Amino acid sequence: MKTIYKRPEVFTDVNTSYCGGCGHGIVNKLIAELIDEMELREKGILVWPIGCSVYADKYYKMDAICALHGRAPALATGIKRSLPDKFVMVYQGDGDMVSEGMAEIMHAAVRAENFSVIFINNAIYGMTGGQMAPTTLLGQVTSTSPYGRAVASSGYPVNMAEIMANMPGVCYSERVTVNTPQRITATKKALKKAFELQFENKGLSFVEVLSPCPTGWGKKPIDAMKMVDEQLIPIYPLGAFKSPEEVPAK
Amino acid sequence: MGEKVFLQGNVALAESAIRAGCKYFFGYPITPSSEVPEYYARKAQEEGLVFVQGETEVACFNMIAGTAATGKRVMTATAGPGFSLGQEAMSYMAAAGLPAVVVEVMRPGPADGEILASQGDYFQAVKGGGHGDYNTLVLAPCSVQEMCELIQDCFELAEKYRNPVILLSDALLAKMRENVELPGRKEQNCDLSWALTGCAGRKHNVMTTCGDGAAQWEKYNLDLQEKFAKIKANEERWENYQTEDADIILVAYGSMARVAMGAMKLAREAGLKVGLVRPISLWPFPVKAFEGLGDKTFLVTELSAGQMVEDVKLTVPHKENVHFYGRLGGFVPSPKEIFEQIKKLGVK
Repeated sequence: MKTIYKRPEVFTDVNTSYCGGCGHGIVNKLIAELIDEMELREKGILVWPIGCSVYADKYYKMDAICALHGRAPALATGIKRSLPDKFVMVYQGDGDMVSEGMAEIMHAAVRAENFSVIFINNAIYGMTGGQMAPTTLLGQVTSTSPYGRAVASSGYPVNMAEIMANMPGVCYSERVTVNTPQRITATKKALKKAFELQFENKGLSFVEVLSPCPTGWGKKPIDAMKMVDEQLIPIYPLGAFKSPEEVPAK
Repeated sequence: MGEKVFLQGNVALAESAIRAGCKYFFGYPITPSSEVPEYYARKAQEEGLVFVQGETEVACFNMIAGTAATGKRVMTATAGPGFSLGQEAMSYMAAAGLPAVVVEVMRPGPADGEILASQGDYFQAVKGGGHGDYNTLVLAPCSVQEMCELIQDCFELAEKYRNPVILLSDALLAKMRENVELPGRKEQNCDLSWALTGCAGRKHNVMTTCGDGAAQWEKYNLDLQEKFAKIKANEERWENYQTEDADIILVAYGSMARVAMGAMKLAREAGLKVGLVRPISLWPFPVKAFEGLGDKTFLVTELSAGQMVEDVKLTVPHKENVHFYGRLGGFVPSPKEIFEQIKKLGVK
């Protein structure tokens, strides 16, 4: 009998700490599938953040390190400069990257570091219990914006995929989401492209994933999936903002 | 040992680090440490080095953590304000067991302060400037020659204990030019089975400093404490000068030890029995240096408001016999100035 589906080999038996309906688990599985398919397990180092994915180093049978909050791109710089032939993946959430670590991600892009960054944007702090993030939508209620995010006090949401596309050191920037099967397939394709680019010496490859957070948003999983369509995508449009074909090798 | 040369402290240190096999340097320019990154940048091509000027010390300290995680010898150099920015990563590297070397060139704080000589960052280096229960080895040279030798030892100690090590310099040592005999080339020779290199042919390695419940994290901490106890037992370094017959013993490290040495000579010429304890390892503090000296009078001199003096008081049996003299703001006292302080103490 032909095997048409199996659990990715790279996964350990550890249960994840993700809530039901969260996008992290979907993206973690896509990464695992790609590590298997691209035979990266023995050739790579995964760099995990502080946030809901803080325990992800336990989910993969792969060399891994958990960075300080926001510092994953700096830590990964030290790793990739030491091991330029290895696959280095950085995984960050929106609080980690856009708030605590904005300098580190921007300057990894400035230096055109040859690693891939997967950015999970759920417009909220998940791990710490649903506080406002720089990516929180205007009017969105969180535990630190109880009357809705207001421009007067908290300014505007940050569009990372567009910002990264404007950086000469970034060779690929695309925003995807995982709220439909079709979009999950598109996300896998984007991740694969980002991973492949590591070995072309073109600089940093960046994939932003809009991720539902039913717990943080106070919604049922199905309603959180709908909120991605109704509220997130109008502010954070899907699509490739920079294609690697436009970028020459360094 | 190699050739004799006349070199500035920072430059001699950088060359000795390269000779110790440290091919990776991540740094941010800050006076009075900038000649170290400049030297690495200049030598990068010729020596096959990796030099990156990071955007902040916050980033640079995390970059050295990354390279240390791959098992390579790596270093940064900074001064007061930059060292403060690096503390988050110091705590991280101590927790993760990452053997990076940090050169901290002290200048007078607090805040931006001045760019002259100081020893005001003793607490920060020795007591653990970051959060949590951890220690880093701290070595304090008093000459350009000793700086060259100790920086090479720093890499070996970092690997021996898988812990960050600080070389504590100051603006005077960093900028001073002296005759030195440069140390020879060293090869890395340690177990690297823990390093992140891609898990080909072995079980995967995971480094995390994120706890998994109180029981796990207490155990993790107790293991760290066990390591620190081992370092304390094995790595004390000091030099004692004429302490046996002394009535008054000066205690000084780094640049200040040079001044104290001059003061000791003036006192001896005047017929006063004065000795000197010079701590070289500041953590672990050289408790053994004070063995048999319990009844003496001590004068601790520092370029600070009084920091190491606390460790001396914790070490000797009669803390009322421990006196302090310090200068602030970048002033370095003359031997005569210290001699005047010795005279004030009188002789028993």
